[in-house]
Amino acid sequence: MEKRVIFRSWWLPYLLVAPQLAITIVFFFLPAGQAVWQSLLNQDPFGINVEFVGLDNFAMLMRDEHYLASFRVTAVFSVLVASFGLVISLILAVFADRALRGAGVYKMLLIWPYAVAHAVAAVLWLFLFNPTLGIVAHWIKGLGIAWDPLLDGTDAMILVVVAAVWNQISYNFLFFLAGLQSIPKSLIEAAAIDGAGPGRRFVTIVFPLLSPTTFFLLVVNIVYAFFNTFAIIDAATGGGPGQATEILVYKVYKDGFKALDLGSSAAQSVILMAIVIALTVVQFRYVERKVQY
Amino acid sequence: MDVSTAPEPKARLPFLARMLRLPHARGAGRREGMVENRPFLTVLTHAVLLLGVAVIAFPVYVTFVASTITAEEVLAAPMPLVPGPHLIENYREALLHGAGNSAAPVWRMMANSMISALVIAIGKIVISLLSAFAIVYFRFPFRMFFFWMIFVTLMLPVEVRILPTYKVVSDLNMLDSYTGLTLPLIASATATFLFRQFFLTIPDELAEAARIDGAGPMRFFWDVVVPMSKTSMAALFVIQFIYGWNQYLWPLIVTTQEDYYTVVIGIKRMIAGGGEASVEWHLVMATAIMAMLPPALVVILMQRWFVKGLVDTEK
Repeated sequence: MEKRVIFRSWWLPYLLVAPQLAITIVFFFLPAGQAVWQSLLNQDPFGINVEFVGLDNFAMLMRDEHYLASFRVTAVFSVLVASFGLVISLILAVFADRALRGAGVYKMLLIWPYAVAHAVAAVLWLFLFNPTLGIVAHWIKGLGIAWDPLLDGTDAMILVVVAAVWNQISYNFLFFLAGLQSIPKSLIEAAAIDGAGPGRRFVTIVFPLLSPTTFFLLVVNIVYAFFNTFAIIDAATGGGPGQATEILVYKVYKDGFKALDLGSSAAQSVILMAIVIALTVVQFRYVERKVQY
Repeated sequence: MDVSTAPEPKARLPFLARMLRLPHARGAGRREGMVENRPFLTVLTHAVLLLGVAVIAFPVYVTFVASTITAEEVLAAPMPLVPGPHLIENYREALLHGAGNSAAPVWRMMANSMISALVIAIGKIVISLLSAFAIVYFRFPFRMFFFWMIFVTLMLPVEVRILPTYKVVSDLNMLDSYTGLTLPLIASATATFLFRQFFLTIPDELAEAARIDGAGPMRFFWDVVVPMSKTSMAALFVIQFIYGWNQYLWPLIVTTQEDYYTVVIGIKRMIAGGGEASVEWHLVMATAIMAMLPPALVVILMQRWFVKGLVDTEK
């Protein structure tokens, strides 16, 4: 879509886009280019010895057991976050859509966790799950189950998944609710007249009509689990114990800032960029964004 | 689009003023009524929703309780679940003296967070308004190239280019400064798209009328485009304020001096390092409540714009 009526000036439009472009070039393209360039180099932390090594850094990563382990951790983490996040928020949205009285109040009581910073959410759950003083940890132990996210990898994974899901439910909920409210009432009434109960109506009409929203949220949640959960991991577990919760973005940070392994960190950045690009393409090409509010 | 809410342009643009008064369509009506009445289902509905609300609110409730009791009471597992009498002294202590491993007072961190969040939100809105206006209302060489350049930034989140971005900022001497905290985060593909989409819906007749009245592009921008974009700006502001306030990775790497810590980073520093026992949880929890309050208030008080912003920025 283009405008018929336009203004004419040879310099004004450049002046108008200049601030946005300047920031984009200096803080996005320059560093991204540097990451690509550094991924082809081998250098020591002080930048004294630099050597061009081609794709060696990538080859090394593919053989690196820790890197492959980090891929697996990321896969498990994002599947858990996306599936629990979607199922719980869908259930809440379906019931909120039904509740005519108080629907607005429920909505308000369910959307505010979006405003809580990921790092703060992590600290909240860290406190609840803390093996010595956490109240939830106390209940779990009361059931006779051993619990220590500081030492046990599975417990640590549960901790970060719970924090990540808690933080994301409100977002999913809002989009599911919007999707549900955009389903034509007449379809549901017609099915009701035909004698289909609420359960049957959900399975045969509501859920299929909701699939664009579900698919859209699935992509968004995977992107979220991959890239936006850095703060949760860093604040709650620091990737530990061992490597149990070390997702890819955390490993880039750790190898770059703590281990100062520049070549490897840059190569990991490049791989992550490829993943973001792929996910963005999926999001824009195949996701129907027909959510109405 | 609600044309009637745009204010009257200033005098001497009579043709444009008439255009703005044209009638317009109003929003659609609301859905009414339930398909059928099933008392059991209604009870179940409220039961599930109340359970959901309770589970979601639980961590914040415990945090609040922990912020009103003494350090010893927090350590006594299980801690009490009823608020104690130490609310004022705990918050006062945190605000004025900070807690544990991070000695910076929380009021300072809150101020830093507020400054960063406001600069980021307003900065994003301003530069995106300008670039979207240029891209929609002008034809110039490289127009679409620039547009795609802005688009591609969506694919370069800070998480995947941490180290080189850090290096650029450090080369520019922006570490430990408000400029370093905010400027690199101000570019916004989402905001540019949103404004572009919105500008495309502004009727051509308005620009035509402005031109007949002899108004230049910037006059049109100030008198028509900016006032008409108010709703979009409010929606974006809510989303971007929360985004700015909740930043983590970026302030974590560009700030080393306590003077520049934001409150989200401050909390992390309070619990990092040092043994388990040295963490002053009652003060950390008071800080957590204070860190949550501004963005949560923004969501609750500006709910309509928040929802609009969330949905719009995903289009």
